Amino acid sequence: MNDVLETTSLERVALETTRLSKRYGKTWALQDCTLALPAGRVAALVGPNGAGKTTLLHLCAGLLEPTAGSVQVFGRSPREQTTETLPRLSFVAQDHPLYKDFTAADLLTMGRKLNARWDDALARTRLQSLGIPLKRPAGNLSGGQQAQMALVLGLAKRPDLLLLDEPLASLDPLARRDFLRTLLDAVAESGLTTLLSSHIIGDLERVCDYLIILSASHVQLAGDILEITRTHWRLIGPRQEVEAVAKGQMIIEASHTARQTTLLVRTNTPIQEPGAAAPWAVEEASLEDIVLAYLGQQAREQATERERLEVAQ
Amino acid sequence: MIEFHLDSRSGVAPYLQIVQQVKRALRLGLLEVGDQLPTVREVIAQITINPNTVFKAYRELEREGLVRSRPGAGTFVQHTLTSVSLASQAELRESLRRWLAGAFAAGMDSESMLALFLSALQEIQQEAPKGEEESV
Repeated sequence: MNDVLETTSLERVALETTRLSKRYGKTWALQDCTLALPAGRVAALVGPNGAGKTTLLHLCAGLLEPTAGSVQVFGRSPREQTTETLPRLSFVAQDHPLYKDFTAADLLTMGRKLNARWDDALARTRLQSLGIPLKRPAGNLSGGQQAQMALVLGLAKRPDLLLLDEPLASLDPLARRDFLRTLLDAVAESGLTTLLSSHIIGDLERVCDYLIILSASHVQLAGDILEITRTHWRLIGPRQEVEAVAKGQMIIEASHTARQTTLLVRTNTPIQEPGAAAPWAVEEASLEDIVLAYLGQQAREQATERERLEVAQ
Repeated sequence: MIEFHLDSRSGVAPYLQIVQQVKRALRLGLLEVGDQLPTVREVIAQITINPNTVFKAYRELEREGLVRSRPGAGTFVQHTLTSVSLASQAELRESLRRWLAGAFAAGMDSESMLALFLSALQEIQQEAPKGEEESV
């Protein structure tokens, strides 16, 4: 099992988008989104509400037609080559919708009849270990159990790519942990690739190894989480020396007091240690800080843009 | 069998936390040569963690020659990190406890004791820079 994950699937691309864009009327929901998600990863898609997360997931699942650009699942289009792609992907929509009058057993029967790769034994084992009764209508299960039920259905399809839209949003902490445990166990067992959207950023580092930050319909950052945390730093120092310190580094966020400047920078080269000549403190930035800095950057740019427009008028 | 735990607020990458916990168990003699590390799925059941993170931690330990993975069987301890025997560790612990009791009696708080300990350790390391000290 270990070997499969490490050697065959790690750097193959599961999901690739090229300048993928979607417009509703005059509004761009997603613009110029270019990504390549390696197979076997658990990727988090984070961003504020309205950033385009759901649109991106729907495009990947083949539920929407792109306005421009392309999306490929294991090298094929989910809208044009449906027989090759759709059996290989599962999509669990927001609020984990189920037919409320169907029992778990009914839902399994439906899954079995509709999906060629269906694994009924896997679904039953998982439901049993979760203590979800087969004969109760889905509508009568708790919120956490409904989420688990939707996930189990998605997993029983034996997908190579699993897309989850805000799977954790409505769950209490205990249900959230149970849900993630089922998901991560399936990842370990089958090596499937997961893309899950979330606006909860705490605990991401524990669950995900890849991060995509989406805001204002654009990708702000995408990459391996360890790589991201290794290339972002917080610098704290005297206000007047911003220019010198920032040389060769990308400033993601800067804040000032009368005497002190705090920067969050991105750099691929080793950061200079603060010495007597450069009295700057250098700290590792936490993943949460990094995400917030990118989201804040976008918000500030929008504000500046609005200001410019107002001045122009 | 070792049990892992994760501190989300420590700022230490999760894979490194696992590496450190295995090393600590090796130092304290809680893991011995031949012992099996938990399987990835067991670790997931314990602490709800990304399997790739566990693989990464185990690979790192293997790279350092501390464990060895046998395909189909699991990951096993190959080397321990106990430089002194457990019996003499117990002795050292006892003398440390006596020192701590003395320091408390003299009115020191734990922070100043820690500071004193670290500065004395630094002093000794600078005097004899041949030891195999590890930063982890």
